[in-house]
Amino acid sequence: MWSFSGLATGIDAWLTQRFNPALSLTIEMVLAGIAVITLFAVLGLVLVLMERKVSAWMQIRLGPNRVGPKGILQSLADTLKLLVKEGLTPNSADKLLFNFAPFLAIIVAMLLMAPIAFAKDLQLWDLNIGVLYISAVSSIMVISILIAGWSSNNKYSLMGAMRSGAQIVSYELSAGLSVLSVVVLVGSLQVSDIIKSQADGWWIFKGHIPMVVSFVTFIIAVTAETNRAPFDLAEAESELTAGFHTEYSGMKFALFFLAEYVNVFIVCAVGATLFLGGWMPFHIGHWQGFNHVMDYIPSSLWFFGKTFLLIFVIMWFRWTFPRLRIDQLLNLEWKYLLPISMVNLLVTTAMAILGWHF
Amino acid sequence: MSIIEIFFWLLSGLAIFSAIMVLISKNPVHSVLWLIVVFFAISGHYILLNAQFLAIVNLIVYAGAIMVLFLFVIMLMNLNADADPQKNVWLKVIGIVTGGLLLTVLVSAVRSSNDLVNRSAELKTGSIGLIKSLGITLFNEYTVPFELSSILFLSAMVGAVVIGKKE
Repeated sequence: MWSFSGLATGIDAWLTQRFNPALSLTIEMVLAGIAVITLFAVLGLVLVLMERKVSAWMQIRLGPNRVGPKGILQSLADTLKLLVKEGLTPNSADKLLFNFAPFLAIIVAMLLMAPIAFAKDLQLWDLNIGVLYISAVSSIMVISILIAGWSSNNKYSLMGAMRSGAQIVSYELSAGLSVLSVVVLVGSLQVSDIIKSQADGWWIFKGHIPMVVSFVTFIIAVTAETNRAPFDLAEAESELTAGFHTEYSGMKFALFFLAEYVNVFIVCAVGATLFLGGWMPFHIGHWQGFNHVMDYIPSSLWFFGKTFLLIFVIMWFRWTFPRLRIDQLLNLEWKYLLPISMVNLLVTTAMAILGWHF
Repeated sequence: MSIIEIFFWLLSGLAIFSAIMVLISKNPVHSVLWLIVVFFAISGHYILLNAQFLAIVNLIVYAGAIMVLFLFVIMLMNLNADADPQKNVWLKVIGIVTGGLLLTVLVSAVRSSNDLVNRSAELKTGSIGLIKSLGITLFNEYTVPFELSSILFLSAMVGAVVIGKKE
């Protein structure tokens, strides 16, 4: 299977030959940063277009079809519009925090890119607590939302931020527990270990019903964590105009929008890595021939295929389910999802100890 | 000066600066946000010591959970500089004196402890802060205290539910 390590070591050797170690390390970091920013831009454009096309398809209409062939340049045009729009700051807002919040949101989304394996050996930082790192850094997202809501000095913004914060903090629990059930089976928090352990089958197939349960809880919890419908109480248009970003306009609004879509991508990438094998091709036990054929499909294609499948599922939710009420939302988490995922974690632990998985 | 040293001084400076800002900010929300910066700087120190697990747990527990709770309460109560009651000057003086005394005690305790003097930190190498060694220590040497503290947490959770329950 072709891997990116050849490319990486090649660049590294070329740089260390010409510059001193510290400088070449800096250049490598800059390169990685440019790669992440490029990915951000592309993801923003693709995901916004995909959302509009998917919603159009589900509601039997055409969706954007004017800009470019079949409307594929629509989100580019929208970005251009947002770029030239004036970014207003309300008079009585806390100006510094108001302008800082969107950047915090984007920085958090960027930090989350570090431990994700995009293809075989294509990973920025394979730290030994990768999965925990993701849940820790994504909890910082709440702070940027709270800052944005409070500093706008608008009661709708504040209400939206409070709802969003309460929602993220509570759904983080069941998302964390379902992540833990995979970690218990693998015995490691490192992303590369988790992917390697799925070389003879993905966890959703190897782990029987408990893994399916934790996959479903994970998807529900991350949909709530990214504040997407049916859990989009934080920006319920009919009640709160636009939630925590009511006062934002122009590029600052675009940054929040981008951060939201990138977060959807990241949680789907994490779900794909934990339950569907990340870049690992579809392997079945010891069927050497079958596995070998599957290896011919590039690993990056597998990763992006699985991730976009999950993104499609989350978009499907949005156009299928009506929005929950706040009490229904909290009941769902505290009375159903949390007990289910706790029991599920116990069952998975027993399964891991007794070796009842493939 | 190596990169690690530069990072150490940067993070220490940041930690102390933001700790001072926590105290002198007029607005309680700003104080909480500066406190979050302090936790980030301390997590950075943990990473320099190769204690990645401790760094991340510090972020999850303090910056991610406790500080969010603080922000919630302060933002909902809408405290601001005007709502702050005027404090007596003598109260400030007494505060400075007691704080200074506490600092003296802490510094002298650290300076006189034999375990710390003439020891240097293990940079980038030690494994004490990694999840594996921490887990083994917790479940071998400190099993009983660990389980007791989890029962404490559980009872706190149950207590919160009982208080929050409608009659």
